[in-house]
Amino acid sequence: MARIIGGIGTTHVPAIGGAIAKHLENTPYWKPFFDGFNAVHRWLNRERPDVVVVFYNDHGLNFFLDKLPTFAVGAAQEYRHADEGWGLPVSAPYPGDPELSWHIINTLVAAEFDVTMCQEMTVDHAFTIPLSLLWPGAARPVRTIPIAINTVQHPLPSPARCFRLGQVVGAALESYLTNEKIVVLGTGGLSHQLDGTRAGFINKEFDLMCLDKLVNEPEALTCYSPLDIVEQAGSQGVELLNWIAMRGALTGRVSKLHSNYHIPISNTASAVLLLQNEAGAATYRKAG
Amino acid sequence: MQHHRDIPGTPVFDGEFAQRGYALNRMCFSFNDAANRAAFLRDEDAYCDKYGLTPQQRAAVKNRNVLDMIAAGGNVYYLAKLAGIFGLNVQDIGAQQTGMSVEAFKEKLQEAGK
Repeated sequence: MARIIGGIGTTHVPAIGGAIAKHLENTPYWKPFFDGFNAVHRWLNRERPDVVVVFYNDHGLNFFLDKLPTFAVGAAQEYRHADEGWGLPVSAPYPGDPELSWHIINTLVAAEFDVTMCQEMTVDHAFTIPLSLLWPGAARPVRTIPIAINTVQHPLPSPARCFRLGQVVGAALESYLTNEKIVVLGTGGLSHQLDGTRAGFINKEFDLMCLDKLVNEPEALTCYSPLDIVEQAGSQGVELLNWIAMRGALTGRVSKLHSNYHIPISNTASAVLLLQNEAGAATYRKAG
Repeated sequence: MQHHRDIPGTPVFDGEFAQRGYALNRMCFSFNDAANRAAFLRDEDAYCDKYGLTPQQRAAVKNRNVLDMIAAGGNVYYLAKLAGIFGLNVQDIGAQQTGMSVEAFKEKLQEAGK
């Protein structure tokens, strides 16, 4: 059986892509952020996962507001990055795993998550930057499966629904008949707001509470509504939904291996969280 | 169930805004393509005509006023593509919306970490 060995939450601010392109990792502004990934690199080098499932949100690259799915699962041979309009360098394509994608899709729809299925899908910075952070340099020895959650146009799916989505994806991965080692990512956040007269809003207390609850009490976060999160974490802080889905997919015994929280990166309270998942110690095994 | 909430200073991009802002956001979506960014810079009025911007949206774009663009239904992720054409980043537009200098806005962000 495939095994989910862990989950990682990470910020995906576009400016990080610019900093990597300009080799600014060791400058005073960026070092406290990039150093937060050293422990994650050591863990990935040791564990060598085969597949990464990425919960993220598209910001107007693949999806426009004409047809905007709440949940969309990639089922392509490869995923291309493209010009997003604000000057980020374009990354090389990312290999997919269509067979596993369809297994996830079949499991989700059987569990009444009627997702959008994408045989072609471009991926934006919310997908590419986390992969660049986790595997610096061009070589990324993993196959990828993007799962996009709408965090752009309200009504957004609730934290409880995103957690449940993650649980079903976790059940799908663990029922997959291979020996793959899988890591699940949730990208974006934490608190930030780009728009309105409250632009620049950051809520350290709320973020630290979320980082704590994500480890052992994720249900505590499912009590919020999307608008509660907008209020507490800022209008773009709702990307927390991606982290909640990631955590839902960790179906075994979960422990925290590492975290880093640093303010600010661009307009954002940045964070990385590395969770280990010991399969077989199921807490959320049931799909129904 | 409550679908709306007033959160001070915080736009919630819902169905009402999505309808109002459709033309503006559609134009901004086109800026994923470098040729379209160049076409906008060559003839801004003609480009806004092509996408059928409302008078309110046209005025907001002409004035480079982000709060007005948001009031006209602009979504900040799409507006950021327009801002990028002028070389403005999210600190620049944050400063503009809060009436602060860019330096003061950055200072405010630093303070949030203390």
